[in-house]
Amino acid sequence: MNGEPEVHEEFEARLKAYEGRPAAATGVGRDPVNEPMIRHWCEAMGDTNPAYTGPDAIAPPTMLQAWTMAGLSRRPERTAAYDELLGLLDESGHDAVVATDCEQEYLRPLRPGDDITFDSVIESVSGRKTTKLGTGYFVTTRTDIKASGELAGTHRFRILKYAPARRPKASNAPKERRPRPVVNRDNAGFWEGVARHELLIQRCTGCGTLRFPWLPGCNGCGSLEWDTVEASGEGTVYSYVVMHHPPFPAFTASDHAAAAAGPFAVGLIELAEGVRIISNVVGVPYDKVRVGMPVRLCFRQYDDELVLPVFQEVTR
Amino acid sequence: MNAGDRLPPLEIPITRTLIVAGAIASRDYQDVHHDPELARQKGSPDIFMNILTTNGLVGRYITDHFGPRAVLRRVAIRLGAPNHPGDTMVLTGTVEQVDGDLVTVRVVGANGIGKHVTGTVTVRIPA
Repeated sequence: MNGEPEVHEEFEARLKAYEGRPAAATGVGRDPVNEPMIRHWCEAMGDTNPAYTGPDAIAPPTMLQAWTMAGLSRRPERTAAYDELLGLLDESGHDAVVATDCEQEYLRPLRPGDDITFDSVIESVSGRKTTKLGTGYFVTTRTDIKASGELAGTHRFRILKYAPARRPKASNAPKERRPRPVVNRDNAGFWEGVARHELLIQRCTGCGTLRFPWLPGCNGCGSLEWDTVEASGEGTVYSYVVMHHPPFPAFTASDHAAAAAGPFAVGLIELAEGVRIISNVVGVPYDKVRVGMPVRLCFRQYDDELVLPVFQEVTR
Repeated sequence: MNAGDRLPPLEIPITRTLIVAGAIASRDYQDVHHDPELARQKGSPDIFMNILTTNGLVGRYITDHFGPRAVLRRVAIRLGAPNHPGDTMVLTGTVEQVDGDLVTVRVVGANGIGKHVTGTVTVRIPA
């Protein structure tokens, strides 16, 4: 997906189509309500309420959802519709999940021995939201939970499926670096120019045709003879794509306009001389890059060894 | 009891053990609640408490205060700043409404980085 609003609208419409469809059908609690699970819960929570022990014990009402959890087992009750919805979000890079809201109503207490069944519906899917964690979509489900066939509670649950905005670098892992260029006899002159902060375009000395990227011969006349012209550095965005997923922290960590490891814009820049170069558009948020945007060459030092020609927006 | 009454705060040390024990007791095996390395890969600095544990702690806060005869009717919570190991969450509550034997309490759980949880709990207190 790129930063164009109409693309988001189309994707949102696909997600919205799942509203009202079942998320879980006739789910069955893996265990009936039971004293050991109640005790484990109370131990974890530090809850010493006597209502949860003894012959007349009830389960802590806030355990409602716990009785529906699959744990490490399969979830046969999960519908194809819900799997598809989550799959769409995963595939589009929104593969991280966090629960944000839980609303529970308790209609009758659950007691050891109660058999749990539940049905769940996809209540709503939000539009695209940008949060501190990253950009994503809120998915809300509502579950009716029955105990021995009788409605015992309802549970509305909201999750955020998001593309993480930043992935902190592991402290003991080496910092991710940009890939190294492959330098050979045919392009060494180009990289030597870059090292001097010059963007060199090849020029055929047979017919005068400019060419980029560097090649051994001229596509126009076949001549193997060439010299170079230094690019003026002026250009425009001829086309671009936004790279969302998978994240490549090395491509964004040094650009303050990009969230580290977040999306970044790859531009096809048409130079004033007429040739095109693939590079990054830096210093401008990835979703603000546009076709026709005037840009100017600059050289960035990415690490001890690597300098690259990149392009900045020209503000007028 | 009247609207505006404040409940005494409850301080909960957020230990790694509490986060993992709460996740397992609620049968939530999402890796971000027990595996620090996988949590980091998903953009979090460490493991964090799952929503079911927060829900359980909010319920406990209310029933600890109102006693074993109090019956929870509704718990609605929203999560904000995550509960990471080493932090402390302080739960505070303010009575929002008293309607016969039904009391609605506004609950906030604040940790070192912000409000972990905000929500309301409705509890029935038999006369």
